[in-house]
Amino acid sequence: MFFNRTSFSISPFNGFNPSKPSKPSKLFNPFNPFHRTIHADLAPAPQPFRAPSRLACMVAAAIIATSLPLASITEAKTFRWASQGDVLTMDPHAQNEGLNNAISDHVYEPLLNRGKTMAIEPCLALSWTQINPTTTRFKLRDKVTFHDGTPFTADDVVFSITRAGEKTSNFGAYMQGIKEAKKVDNLTVDIITNGPAPTLLDQLTEIRVMSRAWATKYNVTRPQDFKNKEETFAARNANGTGAFILRAREPDVKTVLVANSNWWGKRDSNVTEVVYTPIKQDATRISALISGEIDLVLDPPVQDVGSLKANPALKVVEGNENRTIFLAMDQGRNELQYSNVKGKNPFKDVRVRQAMLLTVDINAIQKTVMRGLSLPTMSMIAPQVRGYSKDLEKRPAVDTAKAKKLMADAGYPNGFEVTLDCPNNRYINDERICTAIAGMLSKIDIKIKLNSMPRVTYFPKIQNIDSSFHLYGWGVPTFDSLYTLQSVIRTKTSGGDGEQNYSGYSNPKVDALIDQLKTEADLAKRATITREALLIHQADVGHIPLHHQIIPWAMRKNVTVVHRADNRVFAKWAMVN
Amino acid sequence: MNDTLKRIFDSDLWYSFKRHPLVIVAAILSLICILGAVFAPILAPHNPFDLKTLNLLDAFTPPAWTAAGKGQFFLGTDDQGRDVLSTIMYGSRVSLTVGICAVALSMVIGITLGLISGYVGGALDSFIMRVADVQLSFPAILIALLIDGVARVVIGKDGHDEVAVYVLIFAIAASGWVQYARTVRGSTLVERNKEYVQAARVIGRKPLAIMFSHVLPNVMGPVFVLATLHVGAAIITEATLSFLGVGVPPTQPSLGTLIRIGNDFLFSGEWWITVFPGIMLVILVLSINIIGDWLRDALNPKLR
Repeated sequence: MFFNRTSFSISPFNGFNPSKPSKPSKLFNPFNPFHRTIHADLAPAPQPFRAPSRLACMVAAAIIATSLPLASITEAKTFRWASQGDVLTMDPHAQNEGLNNAISDHVYEPLLNRGKTMAIEPCLALSWTQINPTTTRFKLRDKVTFHDGTPFTADDVVFSITRAGEKTSNFGAYMQGIKEAKKVDNLTVDIITNGPAPTLLDQLTEIRVMSRAWATKYNVTRPQDFKNKEETFAARNANGTGAFILRAREPDVKTVLVANSNWWGKRDSNVTEVVYTPIKQDATRISALISGEIDLVLDPPVQDVGSLKANPALKVVEGNENRTIFLAMDQGRNELQYSNVKGKNPFKDVRVRQAMLLTVDINAIQKTVMRGLSLPTMSMIAPQVRGYSKDLEKRPAVDTAKAKKLMADAGYPNGFEVTLDCPNNRYINDERICTAIAGMLSKIDIKIKLNSMPRVTYFPKIQNIDSSFHLYGWGVPTFDSLYTLQSVIRTKTSGGDGEQNYSGYSNPKVDALIDQLKTEADLAKRATITREALLIHQADVGHIPLHHQIIPWAMRKNVTVVHRADNRVFAKWAMVN
Repeated sequence: MNDTLKRIFDSDLWYSFKRHPLVIVAAILSLICILGAVFAPILAPHNPFDLKTLNLLDAFTPPAWTAAGKGQFFLGTDDQGRDVLSTIMYGSRVSLTVGICAVALSMVIGITLGLISGYVGGALDSFIMRVADVQLSFPAILIALLIDGVARVVIGKDGHDEVAVYVLIFAIAASGWVQYARTVRGSTLVERNKEYVQAARVIGRKPLAIMFSHVLPNVMGPVFVLATLHVGAAIITEATLSFLGVGVPPTQPSLGTLIRIGNDFLFSGEWWITVFPGIMLVILVLSINIIGDWLRDALNPKLR
């Protein structure tokens, strides 16, 4: 990245690709002095007026006459939306990240998906039956084609499930317990699990299906290795069965999708084109919404929600996201990479972690940084997630004196220095939360060097576990606590186990409980195990939970969308009037 | 010492200064700004960079004279609970340092190249002046952006924060040397044929010595005018770069950084976070420019 701290998403350096002239951005950016000047030379020169020939007039009249009735029935509507960061990749198995999955969901489809109320519904699979404890048989939808015209068959399902289980895949957590997929006939697939798999259907909603023929043709049979900055054909191109076709993808500039007229499903939408634009700067994003340049802002800055609600041209739809924001401390290494403490790791000492927990005043953050738009928590899972219970919420009161004593007991009476890595365009107010936390921790003499960066640099850094202390957020697309426990809290081994456990937290007791959860089908027992595991993790201060996000979506009055707890906007349910 | 003071008070410049009330006001204002910045650690009511003293619950306090204001935060507080008045004082420190250092560096580069160009002449002169022409065809801000961007890639993110200020000074200086080079070259062309230069040459002084000890003092007048005006421009360039997020790191905020931070809160009504640093920037640059304008007129023999 050229500018690591750039606050402008439309800057002259990122996104301007000299080899492929792009159209000037339509979006007006009042704070960008370069707006409209970069591509001015590419604008078409005005054509001198020429009287049209008689024939041309007749042809034109005929075209207008035939197209008019059509146009009035399916009126072309463009749905333009924005949030602070860009989609990381178009590869459906390379980055398991909220916004990325939201855009993937338009183009690619899984076997089952979640409807407007988050209930599981048939998608590419029409029906399924469990034929024995470890085998589930899926009947596939007939006469579905990929965007390039190839028919969808069982081969594509087998291929995609194998692909999602590859080493470079970021979707290991959804592959939990899945041994393999077997083709029975062209429209039947068996999914075989290692043992009982109580959350199999939840997991399958996030494994999207690619065309085997297409992936083979473009040499993308294995997911893009995102954290090592690999570029593949599938990262910028897409070929799914979904309701929308990827028309144009310009990283950091915009992503354009058009409606797939051959889609099998029924859409509650009049949207024929979707334009997603990342706009980093808060004020610019809101200006674009107010001026009507975009229709929806996924993440309006919390300080502006009040004035947006008061604006008669706009409306704000609010809801709780099932995403939890927390702090992760490197407890795996024997010496921190980014600290002045040498020869030992202060975060390995539970007293240091307890002291930090006692110092972070989450209610102050909620009041000022989040303006009330967050649910302060002590739990690593949100209330919507299966396994949540109220007694996970007992957070000790802020007590700096006690924290200082703990620090002294741990051997750090004068504190220490550590770098806090923080994204600045991923979570709501992420950089401000980090700045506030730096201030709070300075009270127990932990000097924070704040290293904030855009998500495109942040994620590879964290995924390579190149961090001593970082802010992270975790949403639960499966709506089951196993997803959090296995990915974030379990000791890192292989596959989904500890796939996103970048803190190195490890407790064999917790691991055993998590492994028990993987095959336990009884809901009541699952709840007990989850609670037990989370309480041990809490006592260890494995992470410092901060809050669950509240997600207000700001949009123009004429836009109707379905607000979901996974913070994904679906154009197939969007109406623009 | 007394002699020098006497010479100053007897000079035409002082006479002219006394006759221009606007310039006196401008001079007082810039003096206040500069003193406030230099003595910020003593004068500022809080140290905004001592995180220990901050309280997040003080965030977004409006200025003291409004209903919700608090006496201890005269101009209100920002999103982290830092006193806006103090951040402005510390911020103008960075802005002024960058501005003045960049101008000094520009002067050194510009004057040296201008002297050489004018005195030596020939192919070297053509070369330096063509380079200057090429650079003049780009806006200064673009050159500064380019240098800053290249430095970021070369140095890498980790090291960049420590040297960000120096990179910025260099970037602004490199984009501003042309004016000095051209002015000095023009005057040097006139001076080099004068008798005192010929005399120096006849007694065998080396070209470099002639350039710097004989020609230079006689071409400095216009350079001072240029430099004064350039300080204002350099501060604006620095603010623009910091506003774009490519200038100084947030740990050493300049006025531009403060304006950028505050910009996010304009819509929600917390105007003081961005407006006061903005006003400070306007006052600082405007008063420096007024002084520069006056200096140009006062030193111009044709206008006397």
